[in-house]
Amino acid sequence: MTEAQQTPLSTPQQAPQQATQHTPLHAKHAKLGATFTDFGGWDMPLKYGSELAEHRAVRESAGVFDLSHMGEIWVEGPDAVTFLNTALVGDLGKLAVGRAKYSLICDERGGIIDDLIAYRLGDERFLVVPNAGNAPAVAAALAERAAGFDATVTDASVSTSLIAVQGPASAQIVRELILAGAATGDGAGSGTQSGARAVDAPAVGAGSADSTETAERVLALRYYACTEAEIVGIPVLIARTGYTGEDGFELYVPNERAAEMWVALLTAGEPHGLIPAGLAARDSLRLEAGMPLYGNELSREVTPFEAGLGAVVSFAKPEAFVGREALERVQEQGTGLVLVGLRGLGRRAGRGGYLVYPGGDTVTPAIGRITSGQPSPTLGAPIALAYVDPEFAKIGTSVNVDLRGKLEPFEVVALPFYRRPA
Amino acid sequence: MSTVQPGLRYSAEHEWINDDSPVAVGISAVAADALGEVVYVELPEVGAQLTAGQVCGEIESTKSVSELFAPVSGEVVQVNEAAAADPALINSDPYGEGWLFRVAVSDEGPLLSAEEYAAANNAEL
Repeated sequence: MTEAQQTPLSTPQQAPQQATQHTPLHAKHAKLGATFTDFGGWDMPLKYGSELAEHRAVRESAGVFDLSHMGEIWVEGPDAVTFLNTALVGDLGKLAVGRAKYSLICDERGGIIDDLIAYRLGDERFLVVPNAGNAPAVAAALAERAAGFDATVTDASVSTSLIAVQGPASAQIVRELILAGAATGDGAGSGTQSGARAVDAPAVGAGSADSTETAERVLALRYYACTEAEIVGIPVLIARTGYTGEDGFELYVPNERAAEMWVALLTAGEPHGLIPAGLAARDSLRLEAGMPLYGNELSREVTPFEAGLGAVVSFAKPEAFVGREALERVQEQGTGLVLVGLRGLGRRAGRGGYLVYPGGDTVTPAIGRITSGQPSPTLGAPIALAYVDPEFAKIGTSVNVDLRGKLEPFEVVALPFYRRPA
Repeated sequence: MSTVQPGLRYSAEHEWINDDSPVAVGISAVAADALGEVVYVELPEVGAQLTAGQVCGEIESTKSVSELFAPVSGEVVQVNEAAAADPALINSDPYGEGWLFRVAVSDEGPLLSAEEYAAANNAEL
């Protein structure tokens, strides 16, 4: 038996070409028995046990992910908004403090350098979170584009960890995590203080009241909202964001406190069925949710319009952002290919790189190519994202996928493949 | 660490055969673990003539697709319909209920002892 075709995520034994980086939680993962994989230059947990069990835990209860390989870049200063509106394709001017926005950074040709999330933490203060492998390129592009603006760009990627808790039980777990911090005195120094004593001890009593307030504030966060808080004594930025299609939170934590937060989350989540989840589950979860992955769906060779992300681009904002002219032309002239969802009628899955043909028996040239694909654990059928000729992009169109020499029927379906129950 | 079942013989491509006649063929725990959860298996048909070292099927997991190579030459006399219907058996019991097919052997390909295969794959017996 030999590997016929593999995705980059499925090569745990592959020797990395450069020295890979470790997150502050690497030793925790090793102790949990994780299988590791190189991802964006980082040695990351692919799975701890069964990737399907991890996938299902996130759909049914909760999973916790180490995403410390992601980048964290601070943008601060009086010109922060106009600078970011020049550097990114979206409009951050109308973004309220405490809200986040999905955006893209493009090159002059309109090609996508990366997709990212920008969090607004103050009138003149933003956190930009790019993908791990692109963080250096994004930091460099931002630094270059900041010339002439009264704004500073600070790459804090190496000192910031990111832990995500995702799944329907996330809110309950985060609430208990915050209140557990109050019960133990909100910090390392007063861990033995009982709740009863806390009433008489003003400092700790205040901490307890703070925890209740923090829990209310955090639980009140809407999707794509964020707040700074102290949770189990650790200063965090917590956001209601994720990459799984479920409710969930992402916690930005200083590296030196990451292990403490990881353990606290596992402890708070265990009674709810939370388990650690790796990149294999993260990939299958995001695919079901119809979310693009940089390197698969997104690259410098495609513009936001091909990728179905035209709505992320703001031509209404006044700034002459990088890529604007090229993107205006694309919007006017239309795109050669568009990203669609495919669902297989059989059991075999299409994988990245496989060619898509028109349905039926006629032999014709390929009309597209799959960028991501695998069996969907939730739907029980093969799913894929593919770039196809716009003529074949209509929902319900029958197509064939060349599965290693044999044509198998697929159908164009609406995205996302999976939407969580309301 | 993946385990290698003593008493079986193994191909370099991670298939095992036992010493029944006709032989049973499966894939090792080393391969099953590396694949991740198997979701689909395409097996040769009963009556098919296999040639040792040639592709005779494929195994698809959530993350990857692998080709299945015949460890021996001969005629396929039985396939494990249970494993085809429930490929998770290949992960849960690769040396038992997760067997794949039986072959009336006419010729063997190069095979390793359990000890040799374990050593070559950094696995334990």
